[in-house]
Amino acid sequence: MALTKKEVEHVANLARLDLAEGEAEAFKGQLDAILSYVEKLKQLNTEAVEPTSHAIPVNNVFREDIIIQPLGQARALANAPDKADGCFRVPKVVE
Amino acid sequence: MLQGAEGGGIMEIYELTIQQLHDKLKKKELSSVEATRAVFSRIDSVENKVHSFVTISRDEALRQAQEADKRIAAGDMRPLTGVPIAVKDIFCTEGIRTTCSSKILENFIPPYDSTVVARLKKEGAVILGKTNMDEFAMGSSTETSYFGITRNPWDLERIPGGSSGGSAASVAASECIASIGTDTGGSIRQPAACCGIVGLKPTYGRVSRYGMIAFASSLDQGGPMTKDVKDTAIMLQVMAGHDGMDSTSVNTLIPDYSKGLSGNIKGLKIGLPKEFFIEGMDREVDDAVKRAVKEMERLGAEVVDISLPHTEYAVAVYYLIATAEASSNLARFDGAKYGYRASGVKDLLDMYKRSRAEGFGPEVKRRIMLGTYALSSGYYDAYYLKAQKVRTLIQKDFVDAFKRCDVIVTPTAPTPAFKIGEKTADPLQMYLSDIFTISVNLAGLPAISLPCGFTSGNLPIGLQIIGKGFDEETVLRAAHAYEQATEWHKRRANI
Repeated sequence: MALTKKEVEHVANLARLDLAEGEAEAFKGQLDAILSYVEKLKQLNTEAVEPTSHAIPVNNVFREDIIIQPLGQARALANAPDKADGCFRVPKVVE
Repeated sequence: MLQGAEGGGIMEIYELTIQQLHDKLKKKELSSVEATRAVFSRIDSVENKVHSFVTISRDEALRQAQEADKRIAAGDMRPLTGVPIAVKDIFCTEGIRTTCSSKILENFIPPYDSTVVARLKKEGAVILGKTNMDEFAMGSSTETSYFGITRNPWDLERIPGGSSGGSAASVAASECIASIGTDTGGSIRQPAACCGIVGLKPTYGRVSRYGMIAFASSLDQGGPMTKDVKDTAIMLQVMAGHDGMDSTSVNTLIPDYSKGLSGNIKGLKIGLPKEFFIEGMDREVDDAVKRAVKEMERLGAEVVDISLPHTEYAVAVYYLIATAEASSNLARFDGAKYGYRASGVKDLLDMYKRSRAEGFGPEVKRRIMLGTYALSSGYYDAYYLKAQKVRTLIQKDFVDAFKRCDVIVTPTAPTPAFKIGEKTADPLQMYLSDIFTISVNLAGLPAISLPCGFTSGNLPIGLQIIGKGFDEETVLRAAHAYEQATEWHKRRANI
């Protein structure tokens, strides 16, 4: 099943990736090759098979609600590309 | 230079194993500062050829070595106290840059230690620096690193394997005493095989993933990469254990791994899966693995023919599940709180899209795209859910097989280390180099790779031993017994 260029652009938008000139075409070819390879899974009848999301089933892991030292504002902001007044700064979202 | 522990041979300090160095530190024949300096001078002389490291933390390491010497003098010595160790650049290290070999984290300095690193530090280990890897651990050759390739110490024209290629090469080139890596589809075992060292992927849940930058959360697992099996046992002892910071780490008994290395495999049942000995596999790899099995038989093990019928689907399942999980894990790199942000962005969406487009390399983008597609509306059932169901079948293959054997033995990789650039143009061919390691991650099992021979061109060949869940003890015992009966692990790359 071949992807269209439009589908590649749609997926890139979902993934929040800007595509450079010609990149959609390149991805289309590579993703097509991989998707046609994974088609082989269709050979298997899996109607009665439960899906596995984790190799080791671990459910409902609880711990005591203990107060611990938080990271702190200064350290949390230390790697920020842009910051102001003790906050992360990003381009304006609301006019 | 030193008298070798085996007696007679002359050995450089940097060539020592953990156990050998530990003994010398304990007997005060050597200090940790001396050992650390010796390793740094080795790094200074070979690093320009190999390029194992992204970041070298020399001053910090020497401070840690001084602290270790104080501990040793005070009689407070643990098995890793004073031992210089290299850490894959995927483990967060407080105050030391952690890049995951990506431009997007080029300047990221973690405010905390990963649990594994914290455990090493608590033992008094010396952290030499951060090793090169495929960007976000996505690759089998270390060629996708933003910081340049790493070369195989056995042949500088060849790849060291990946994604933990820098960790493997640093051990093989004696630029550290031991290292740690991570394994999502073979990223510890395949580079260990390519570089002629020992690498263990523990059972999923055995080692905490806290502070280990996530690629595919249901598959990722950290583990040791060392010069021999004994050292792997020593390292695993420190790395293993439940961690409240990782809700998938399992709270279960941890045996004494070194004590379990009895050398005795009489009556051990070794399963040979027919699907792993296939047409088209490299002849020298096939021969070496078969000879290794014969050797284990000679040591008293029994060979059982088994079948893992869904093996041929493992790569397809893996590339849907791992990329789906990656697409969601890597959504956090958005240019807002840390990491690279594109300049001159016009709005928030533009900031996300351009920061990610400029910050991620082509292989990472390809996998994010594939994973996003597999999870997207209309395709989820056909790809992601289907893959999860086949994962169940692969897991069941192992459950059935382990009713008849104690460990499963296979080649680690279908070929020895390939040439730099040989597979970069064809992503699918690159993915197929993990064909023998991937199903182990899907099933969550422990598996080791250790040297079992060399090709006529002097390239190392790796033997994989897979165990039952949480039975690293038997895997290590089998590997150790074979290793002690052979000489492969004593060979060092000549660079």
